[in-house]
Amino acid sequence: MKLLNMNTLNLKKIRSDFPILQKLVRSKPLIYLNNAATTQKPQGVLDAMLHYYAHINANTQRGLDSLTAEGESAYLQAREKVQQFINAEENSEIIFTKGTTESINLVAQSFGHTFLKAGDEVLLSVMEHHANIVPWQILKEQLGIKINFIDVDEEGNLDFAYFTKKIAKNPKILAITHVSNVLGTINPIKKIVKIAHASDVPVLLDGAQAIAHLPVDVQDLDCDFYAFSGHKIYAPTGIGVLYGKRKWLQQMQPYQGGGGMIQSVSLNGFTCAELPEKFEAGTQNIANAIALGTALDYLQKLDLTLIEKHEQNLLKYLTEALVDMQGVRILGTAKEKTAVVSFVLENAHPHDVATILERDGISVRAGHHCAMPLLERYKLPAVTRISLGLYNTKEEIDVLLKSIEKVQRFFKHG
Amino acid sequence: MDDLQNLYQEVIIDHSQHPRNFRVCQDANHKREGYNPLCGDRLTLYVKEKNGVVEDISFQGSGCAIFMASSSMLTEMLRGKTLAEIKPLYNAFHGLVTSGDQSKLPKEAKKLAVFAGVSEFPMRVKCAILPWHTLKAALTTKNEDNSKKIGSNV
Repeated sequence: MKLLNMNTLNLKKIRSDFPILQKLVRSKPLIYLNNAATTQKPQGVLDAMLHYYAHINANTQRGLDSLTAEGESAYLQAREKVQQFINAEENSEIIFTKGTTESINLVAQSFGHTFLKAGDEVLLSVMEHHANIVPWQILKEQLGIKINFIDVDEEGNLDFAYFTKKIAKNPKILAITHVSNVLGTINPIKKIVKIAHASDVPVLLDGAQAIAHLPVDVQDLDCDFYAFSGHKIYAPTGIGVLYGKRKWLQQMQPYQGGGGMIQSVSLNGFTCAELPEKFEAGTQNIANAIALGTALDYLQKLDLTLIEKHEQNLLKYLTEALVDMQGVRILGTAKEKTAVVSFVLENAHPHDVATILERDGISVRAGHHCAMPLLERYKLPAVTRISLGLYNTKEEIDVLLKSIEKVQRFFKHG
Repeated sequence: MDDLQNLYQEVIIDHSQHPRNFRVCQDANHKREGYNPLCGDRLTLYVKEKNGVVEDISFQGSGCAIFMASSSMLTEMLRGKTLAEIKPLYNAFHGLVTSGDQSKLPKEAKKLAVFAGVSEFPMRVKCAILPWHTLKAALTTKNEDNSKKIGSNV
């Protein structure tokens, strides 16, 4: 719903849309600050899943009845919603997957086995999530390719000098995150893609941490692939998206074989279905794809630029308060950031921090955040991460800050 | 606040900030690495054992307060113990941190009762128990097997 006051989100209304936010943890209201791990789901998304199973449930492409027709139409509509949300040219460039991880694995395997051979290079960055490292390491073991990593500086920005030097050596693909899940850094993607394309290097973007927090336009970014997960954009787990430019998807070999991805099969072989079915083998996660579409509708009604503005305001408030605290070190101080704040305390380990915060109803993440190479780069075994979502409030951040002060009281004597 | 104060007792904070026997033991004949990939707690445990008696025991590593304190107090507790005494101690500690049951702790190990509060925090049991798992693994292998790492799964 557009609001009466067009410039801010109606937080009270938004919070009432998310049933889990009514939950009490040890008789304290849940304060959910782990949105980079997964986001909570609004009632409409939950209703969409239930509605599908209660009223439509059919296997797309595998029947001629009215249920199948309704299911197919809802599934197609979901694909069109995704297409529109990220402004893809065609809906056949939208492949449904299990999530970002599967999307990246799909590209690593299908693009990799179609276009790469021993000795070829793939360019990644040190700030990648394991999901954008390990699939390429698997390909390295299979094909004998080489992997190079762009370093990051102390603030959490990419080393652009290294990037431009390496890109000129014509790696076969650049696979890089849009937003760092630990640092919050928003990488200058348009600039990166332009430089990469000048050397004819296609670019895969890991959009897991970007999609819910800033407007994404794949044609404007001009990226070749864009991967994201439903569950990080207020939709269910088990559904994700791979966007790919038609010219690549058409040439790439299939990822998995099975029903749905074929045109015909004989005992001697098979021919592939057209896009996007070519990359959607087996029965798809129809209910969750539909629910993803509902989540995207929800965000568009709220207005993504307002969400971005709200989260940026909270980020500023939180960062300034933490900077004022003694003994707090923030990891990731790039100029352009999403509302993710990773930090370490001088005297307390991140797990002890998380335990004490949890007693105040606060959910955060502590650990290596599936980015072990990045933490190694900063010589930290673990950090505590606060990651905000559209429903978080200034009052919740005040409770968090008090709780962090409590941690410091516990560990002050040394 | 009560269960937090119970968890982070002064003894635990003290051991975590000033771990005892925090060094390499050059003539250890049992050495083992312990690592919890979920949270990053990590230690190398050194045991010098002669004729079934722990003559020296030490560790190096990093991790949360519960883990560091548990490692530190384990080394303090075990010096001079016979191998036969260790198994019941391990079982008693396991029971202590999972259910808060202090009754199985032998008299001379009552100091470990400060870890009873861990049982209120199921997510933290693995932190307290990792050094004990590592000890168990260290004693069943000789020095040369130290390439194998032990993880904690409770």
